[in-house]
Amino acid sequence: MSEFLQLVFAGLALGARYALVALGFVIIYKATGVINFAQGGLVALGAYLAYAYNSVTLFALAVVLAALTAGLVGAAVERVVLRRMVGQPVFAVLMVTIGLLFVLEQVITAVWGYDALNLADPWGVDTVKAGEVVLAERDLWTLGIAGAVLAAFFVFFRFSTLGVAMRATAFDQEAALAQGISARRVFAASWAISAGLAALAGVTLAAGPAALTPSISAIALVAFPAMIVGGLDSPGGAVVGGLLIGVTQSLTSGYQEDVLPWAGQNLAAVMPYVVMVLILLVRPYGLFGTREVRRV
Amino acid sequence: MARPSRTLTRRYEDELRLFRTRWSQAGLVALVALWALTPYVLADDFWLSVLDYAGIAAIGAIGLNLLTGYAGQVSLGHAAFLGVGAYSAGYLGSELELPFLLWLPAAALIGGLLGAVLGPFALRLRGNYLAIVTLGLVFLAEHVFRNLRDVTGGNSGRSVQAPPEVGPVDFSDLSFGGESFSNNQGWFWLVWGLVAVVALLAKNISRTRPGRALQAVRDRDVAAEVIGVQLGRTKVWAFAISSAFAALAGGLYGSYQQFVSPDEFSLFLSIQYIAIIIVGGVGTIFGAVLGALFLGGLPGIIERYSDSIPGVATSAGGDGFISVFSLNQAIFGALIVGFLVLEPRGLAALWLRAKAWFKAWPFGY
Repeated sequence: MSEFLQLVFAGLALGARYALVALGFVIIYKATGVINFAQGGLVALGAYLAYAYNSVTLFALAVVLAALTAGLVGAAVERVVLRRMVGQPVFAVLMVTIGLLFVLEQVITAVWGYDALNLADPWGVDTVKAGEVVLAERDLWTLGIAGAVLAAFFVFFRFSTLGVAMRATAFDQEAALAQGISARRVFAASWAISAGLAALAGVTLAAGPAALTPSISAIALVAFPAMIVGGLDSPGGAVVGGLLIGVTQSLTSGYQEDVLPWAGQNLAAVMPYVVMVLILLVRPYGLFGTREVRRV
Repeated sequence: MARPSRTLTRRYEDELRLFRTRWSQAGLVALVALWALTPYVLADDFWLSVLDYAGIAAIGAIGLNLLTGYAGQVSLGHAAFLGVGAYSAGYLGSELELPFLLWLPAAALIGGLLGAVLGPFALRLRGNYLAIVTLGLVFLAEHVFRNLRDVTGGNSGRSVQAPPEVGPVDFSDLSFGGESFSNNQGWFWLVWGLVAVVALLAKNISRTRPGRALQAVRDRDVAAEVIGVQLGRTKVWAFAISSAFAALAGGLYGSYQQFVSPDEFSLFLSIQYIAIIIVGGVGTIFGAVLGALFLGGLPGIIERYSDSIPGVATSAGGDGFISVFSLNQAIFGALIVGFLVLEPRGLAALWLRAKAWFKAWPFGY
């Protein structure tokens, strides 16, 4: 039992990181109808920026600065590239973000190189015992930070003027425009917030014993299933999907040898996609996604 | 009586002809001559291999273009089917020792069947959901390639000893008229001959009934259904045919390289194929070939002339801030963004525009 709880806890910590990235996807998708493949690049950018700031200032301050800078980059990307793509087909916009990912990744490696770097290790390897279960402090911090940020976002989304404007634009862009809401500001804000969340996810992934390498951007590929499972346009769904995928991965790597030995090595890496396909077969718009109404 | 303009259409048959004008017929002859003569003139192994890879990519890209460009179904899963083709070639050609004329069509058939089986999944999904699910397909396929060791050789890959032999003619070791040709020269004739066949096939698919059904689905699927296009069947068919072309290209790729490993069939390969059809021109067969030539040739050019490009490090730890690989990737990304923002119809549109300008020449206004 304690092994099971242990795995679930590790899975939740992993899932919280996915949730941060997946929520970033959902925010951009909801406001602008774009799936942002460059999110992984922003995750890496955030982590590297934190590394750069951390060499001159405190870790906590470096994290905040990194999130802010990543947010600015996100808003700039929206302003310079994505705004020109308004009215283009879904596929074209999606490919533009893939192109951006390639450029972003190579800019990062041109600046910081391929070598593994050490972002600060503020949490160490200390553990806390809760009954039988050993909890890593690092995971507790990750859960705490992710939880606080997610809660802050949902409060912001629900009550602040900009948050309400974002929801209004997502619901009906034209009506929002008629009410005097600036869609441009909303788009820029969506990209900025999403990039900030990506940066935080990057820091929680890279801080501590894990080294910082450009491959960190691959996390976005696992956050896709998290987003799809929850439903493309549901912020709450992104969090649920992230945790679900995290726990599934953790349990798979824990129990695969006993239960599914024939399914091949490293099954945990592809489990998110298996879960995603299975859920989509039952609910084509994810667990909490809005059904698309087709009218003739 | 004044002579009619050379493109005057008088009968319906005229409109459907593939090579309508004297000029396009002359162009066809010129292309055939180019195809036949290139390996004689260009004996450089490096450039011939670039062209061979580009030809193989063109075949796969034509398949993807039927699915994405014509039927409007976004697929990031093309690499999976390329892989299926390559491993099929490896297994059928070198393990079962089937001849070229059997293993190549068989590889295409396996790919096509797999596409037809997976197609129904796509029926329920649209747009973005479909894109992400096909993305998942790449990872699942890679997992299978890594773990189905009897067929694929696992992580380290497998050798493919499936030479392209048609009867007594071995394209990898050609000789006629007392002259013998290199591996790359023979492959050039084979690959680009197949490109012509596949392009003609795809062109004919696109202008006949099933192809027009594809385009109707792309433009407005609800409306297509209303006018009697069977949505489900059309989409599954599009997946099957596109996968078959992908597997064909994959089989050739495996046979040409004589080795395949799971690392090659990653998401990046899928994205490369999408980039090919974007840069070339979405929804034109001709564009897929142009895109394959352009994106196949560009890394070759950069690699060859990397010494004279400022700021590029030609060796690990050399001078310069960006490696050849990084530069390739960055240019590749910038090309996708640039074409989509500035010329969404791709290279093919540049050609069409030039043609349109000359049509009225010298009376352009």
